[in-house]
Amino acid sequence: MKQSKRIAKYILPVVIVLLVALMAVVPFFTDPYKVVFLRTILMFVILTLSWSLFSGTTGYTSLATAAFYGAGLYTTAYLGEKLPLPLMVVCGGITAFALALLMGAITLRLKGIYFAIFTLSSVELIKQVLHWYEINIVGVRGHYVTRVNDVTVYYVLLVITVLLVLTIYLIKRSRYGLALNSIGSCEEAAAHIGINVVGLKILAYAISSFFIGMAGAIMATGMLYIDSYVAFDLNYSFFPTLMAIFGGLGNILGPLVGAAVFTYLREILITKYSYHYMLIFGTVMVLTILYLPSGLIGLAQNIWKKLTTPAPTKGLKTEGGKHADTSC
Amino acid sequence: MKLLMLEVKDLNVAYGNVQVLWDVSLNVAEGEIVVLLGANGAGKTTLLNAITGLVRPLGGNVSFLGRDITGLPPNEIVEHGIAYLPEGGRLFPDMSVQENLEMGSYLKNNWKIRKNRLEYVYNVFPRLKERRKQLAKTLSGGERQMLAMGRCLMSNPKMGFFDELSYGLAPKLVKEAFAMLKSLRDLGLTIFLIEQNANQSLEIADRAYVLENGRIVNSGTANELLHSDHIRKAYLGL
Repeated sequence: MKQSKRIAKYILPVVIVLLVALMAVVPFFTDPYKVVFLRTILMFVILTLSWSLFSGTTGYTSLATAAFYGAGLYTTAYLGEKLPLPLMVVCGGITAFALALLMGAITLRLKGIYFAIFTLSSVELIKQVLHWYEINIVGVRGHYVTRVNDVTVYYVLLVITVLLVLTIYLIKRSRYGLALNSIGSCEEAAAHIGINVVGLKILAYAISSFFIGMAGAIMATGMLYIDSYVAFDLNYSFFPTLMAIFGGLGNILGPLVGAAVFTYLREILITKYSYHYMLIFGTVMVLTILYLPSGLIGLAQNIWKKLTTPAPTKGLKTEGGKHADTSC
Repeated sequence: MKLLMLEVKDLNVAYGNVQVLWDVSLNVAEGEIVVLLGANGAGKTTLLNAITGLVRPLGGNVSFLGRDITGLPPNEIVEHGIAYLPEGGRLFPDMSVQENLEMGSYLKNNWKIRKNRLEYVYNVFPRLKERRKQLAKTLSGGERQMLAMGRCLMSNPKMGFFDELSYGLAPKLVKEAFAMLKSLRDLGLTIFLIEQNANQSLEIADRAYVLENGRIVNSGTANELLHSDHIRKAYLGL
């Protein structure tokens, strides 16, 4: 029993290293289409993991992912020709980081649905203001972007993903990770314990946005032309949230698997059933929320539990959901 | 005279236009158990929130061990050695017992010594050690109370503020909770307690204040108050 646990401890890191190694050599063996497809998956993995780094732990549903992603895209649109590629990517991250600090400082005193709505409308606000600025002040709408080849974009995204997973892992193991969870569990008690709740929320929000911004900065090089309507598309807010729920909130694996499977499904549906894809998609999401409240990972865990526990006795359920009140 | 721990002077607190506390003054000396009695809506929790930094007072000041802590944010006030146990415990329901406790030593200096504190708390409440991997929401009422108290101890506080310890507990558990409180005092914690349950809290307290409509209307040793007509009529139903 103990030994199996010790082995299990090593399985995950080994699997991750193998997976990253596999991802690193894939472009040498596959056709360009698959690289572009994997690139999209990686992009959504980054967005979803970043989203869940903040929203999954603290319980504050942010719908401003598109704003940070767009900030990254626009950074490249304006600075792309002047800066070397790595610097440009970091700049995109910094722009998003700064934007998140600002938005967090304004909004993270709001709670629940008010926060979600403010973040949602902030995307629209930035989009419209930028649009107005380009039309009336600059006189030119949008911006052309110098293209970078898909394989480079793919590798940059892979590096960002690895850094992001590492960051999440380190935060989770530190007291700040526990503190973020405690904010999600009971913010009032967290404040009483001496956690600077507002400060910590803002910082976590900014860190998660940094990665979203970097993803945006590099993805911009895959487009030819960017304007505010392309950059600040609300789908980039909705998809990561849905993907995280689809995969299962609460750990690193859920959003990761969620984003990968979700993107794959979407791609297949778009190419094969382009007329009905939204309909099928919506149905899948509704079914997920109804029947898989812990997402794909939760489902996998349940099956694993059933396989490994010999004779399940009644009343030995470990989830305490129905026990007493769950509010703090 | 023992060392003065907490001193509240002429504290006024308002929510918007509605003033809740009027010129509240009180003090607590080291090693004392002081109880603040008052009915619903008297302003007891508001007073605690003003002391612990969750609400900014309009005027007056709060000092702790001689240092002015008025208007400091809660995270800085905790650093001075104050622990606050809110009404109903306010645990982190989705975190394990041990994680709940560890969060009690969140502040940097305490975080380094959290292993020692954990051992200490498990010694005081062995039951928590048995349940350390369970989620807090699966605990019984009495165990939750233990966990809430244990979490307070994790920050190695000099003084503990307890809001309605008897809230939502069965009579037998109320008795146990008060007994626990007494043993915490014996371990060196100074205690300020807010209660509606006048009878039992006065039994363990050294001194008491009575808050009515936002003003302190009576104070004295616990014994004096137990026998005062006002308390007997209003709070003990005698």
